[in-house]
Amino acid sequence: MEELEKDLHLDKALTVIWSEIHCLHDDIENLEGYVGFANLPNQVYRKSVKRGFEFTLMVVGESGLGKSTLINSLFLTDLYSKDYPGPSQRIKKTVQVEQSKVLIKEGGVQLTLTIVDTPGFGDAVDNSNCWQPVINYIDSKFEDFLNAESRVNRRQMPDNRVHCCLYFIAPSGHGLKPLDIEFMKRLHDKVNVIPLIAKADTLTPEECQLFKKQIMKEIQEHKIKIYEFPDTEDDEDSKLIRKIKEKMPLAVVGSNVVIEVNGRKVRGRQYPWGVAEVENGEHCDFTVLRNMLIRTHMQDLKDVTNNVHYENYRSKKLAAVTCNGVDATKNKGQLTKSPLAQMEEERREHVMKMKKMETEMEQVFEMKVKEKKQKLKDSEAELERRHEQMKKNLEAQYKELEEKRHQFEEEKANWETQQRILEQQKLDASKTMEKNKKKGKIF
Amino acid sequence: LVACFVGEGARGVPLSGHVGFDSMPDQLVNKSVNHGFCFNILCVGETGLGKSTLMDTLFNTKFEGEPTQHNQPGVQLKSNTYELQESNVRLKLTVVNTVGFGDQINKEDSYKSIVEFIDTQFEAYLQEELKIKRTLHSYHDTRIHACLYFIAPTGHSLKSLDLVTMKKLDSKVNIIPIIAKSDAISKSELTKFKIKITSELVSNGVQIYQFPTDDETVAEINSTMNGHLPFAVVGSTEEVKIGNKMVRARQYPWGTVQVENENHCDFVKLREMLIRVNMEDLREQTHTRHYELYRRCKLEEMGFKDTDPDSKPFSLQETYEAKRNEFMGELQKKEEEMRQMFVQRVKEKEAELKEAEKELHEKFDRLKKLHQDEKKKLEDKKKSLDDELNGFKQKKTAAELLQAQTQQAGSSATLKKDKERKK
Repeated sequence: MEELEKDLHLDKALTVIWSEIHCLHDDIENLEGYVGFANLPNQVYRKSVKRGFEFTLMVVGESGLGKSTLINSLFLTDLYSKDYPGPSQRIKKTVQVEQSKVLIKEGGVQLTLTIVDTPGFGDAVDNSNCWQPVINYIDSKFEDFLNAESRVNRRQMPDNRVHCCLYFIAPSGHGLKPLDIEFMKRLHDKVNVIPLIAKADTLTPEECQLFKKQIMKEIQEHKIKIYEFPDTEDDEDSKLIRKIKEKMPLAVVGSNVVIEVNGRKVRGRQYPWGVAEVENGEHCDFTVLRNMLIRTHMQDLKDVTNNVHYENYRSKKLAAVTCNGVDATKNKGQLTKSPLAQMEEERREHVMKMKKMETEMEQVFEMKVKEKKQKLKDSEAELERRHEQMKKNLEAQYKELEEKRHQFEEEKANWETQQRILEQQKLDASKTMEKNKKKGKIF
Repeated sequence: LVACFVGEGARGVPLSGHVGFDSMPDQLVNKSVNHGFCFNILCVGETGLGKSTLMDTLFNTKFEGEPTQHNQPGVQLKSNTYELQESNVRLKLTVVNTVGFGDQINKEDSYKSIVEFIDTQFEAYLQEELKIKRTLHSYHDTRIHACLYFIAPTGHSLKSLDLVTMKKLDSKVNIIPIIAKSDAISKSELTKFKIKITSELVSNGVQIYQFPTDDETVAEINSTMNGHLPFAVVGSTEEVKIGNKMVRARQYPWGTVQVENENHCDFVKLREMLIRVNMEDLREQTHTRHYELYRRCKLEEMGFKDTDPDSKPFSLQETYEAKRNEFMGELQKKEEEMRQMFVQRVKEKEAELKEAEKELHEKFDRLKKLHQDEKKKLEDKKKSLDDELNGFKQKKTAAELLQAQTQQAGSSATLKKDKERKK
């Protein structure tokens, strides 16, 4: 624990040095060959301070686990006070989701902090689906962001998405309750879940160790994905991160009361047997939580929300839209295309399909026409042929007839000639007879 | 980039100690540094105005010789990407040059390939942004963040090509006009030249990039620099010994022009503004202004629009679905139309062929009839011949009979005669 504190002091010192470096800028500029884009980080710094920051923190857990107190301790303010009472003061019948927005300033940096509380969570007798309002809230913030991002006229988009969810585990000392497991399983894909052991001052260090081990075992068993620290190349940082990982889940104590201990003013809980100090690393992991949540990993929590959880939500939502009315198997490979590109592709596909259809129809058409024309041609040829044949036939018959007539005529002529000769002979003969008769040769 | 609604609907509360979120800017900066930065510059100007030399001088490196990538997106635009590093800051710098700009006889379309190039980069980003599964945070941004427009040092005024081009580009990119090779202009001429250029830009409504004055830390220097635009620059990668130092300069018989001497030219001002003070703002303006404008126009072109803000909130899914249904309906309609057209054609062709068939049959019916007639004629002729033949036969038979009778009678008469004689 002490090492951690030393590290933090080092952190502070480095911050001071960093600002001195800003001042050394002029000197560096005059170094030869210096282009100056190394100043980009400063430009980014400057602009981010001007813009201000936002962060939305959700706290979930049964009533009485000290959620509001912890928030007040974390941010060293009375977020929940007499004027703005915390949800714990109110009795809820069903699970509500409530948000409080505050603006806090420190060192020239403005932070718009939204605390999302879930009063009534786990307090009912039948807690089935008590996580549903929470899921609905997170999804609705994603939806708002998606809609704002999808507008044609986009304006500056406020980021109200839930960046982190602190889940409070009751310090039973045994293990996770079924509700704990169920909740974390349902939310680990939607938000960065950081489980905390609440009211850790009711556990001895040994009990706490065992409890933590048991919880982590169960988390692994149920494949719950709690927030993981990003890998870092820096050796110092990785050492720190490994230390923090060993302490998970963090056991915290919160307090709104400042007590004097050995001349120091500390936040703590006064017991007859002593004072449990909130910021004492040997008493609880509060400092670890605060440093991790606020001082070192706040930006990463936002980035993971934006790059992982939000993108998951978005791709699921958009895939559902484009899958409508289209064959599901066709869509598997289309998730990497934007809907506009998809429509363009579909348009192109359709043009090709139409072209193909057109050529096919043309082909069939031409073929049928050709067939029919051929048929016509064939029957025409056939008819022609027959006609020719008949004509030939007729001609042959004519010829035959002609010949026959010719023959007949010849025959007739012959016969007639013959007859004429015979006639002549007969005539001659009768003439001679007549003559002979006349001459008396007749008896 | 997500802008922030600071303090909206939020009440301020005092802090009783040091919470530690003042490290947020540092957390953000560290992430950016780890991720690396990227910056894309477009140099527009006629050949020979020293564009490449100026880039070399600005970034203190010899570019043409050591690119890590070669992209040739357009006919006239050549782009190269370089990985630079300064202390712990890595910069992926892309320099795009217009090759052959202003060389044509007819320069009416010169600006077109530049506009096309800029739009292509916007389009690529838009497509990525609209994908269902996208990776925006690791996307290599190729959008042009700054356009250095090189003005020829004529000393008189802007060329009409310059005005036309800048007017076409000013809504698409941050334009920083610079007077190139300004060592050709004397100081007095330069002042007049700058005034003339500025007034021509204003009177033609060209929006050049203004260094931002909304941030107090840099407002003063930025507004002073705005008054020095356009920057008169000189570039050089050669070094000359001045005193006991080697400085980048151009050596003339009458003197040496020192690049980094603010009395000689505005190179230092350009470097200060472009790189050291406003690089991030140039990137931001490109994203929040120029890109948004492109995106809005593109989406409106495709028929998307936001629903009335008073009615129920805009639903992306519904719009996509509606667009899609409309689109599918169109396609189906086209399909139907084509089918109908074919059905029509088939009908017409069928009628045609039926006509032809009918004609054919008619033709053959006629021929058949003709044939029948001919046949009949033949039959008649045949019959008449047969009749004649029969008649003749009859005649012949009758005559032969008669003859036979006569012969018989004759022969019997002769017999009688003979008999009588013999008595």
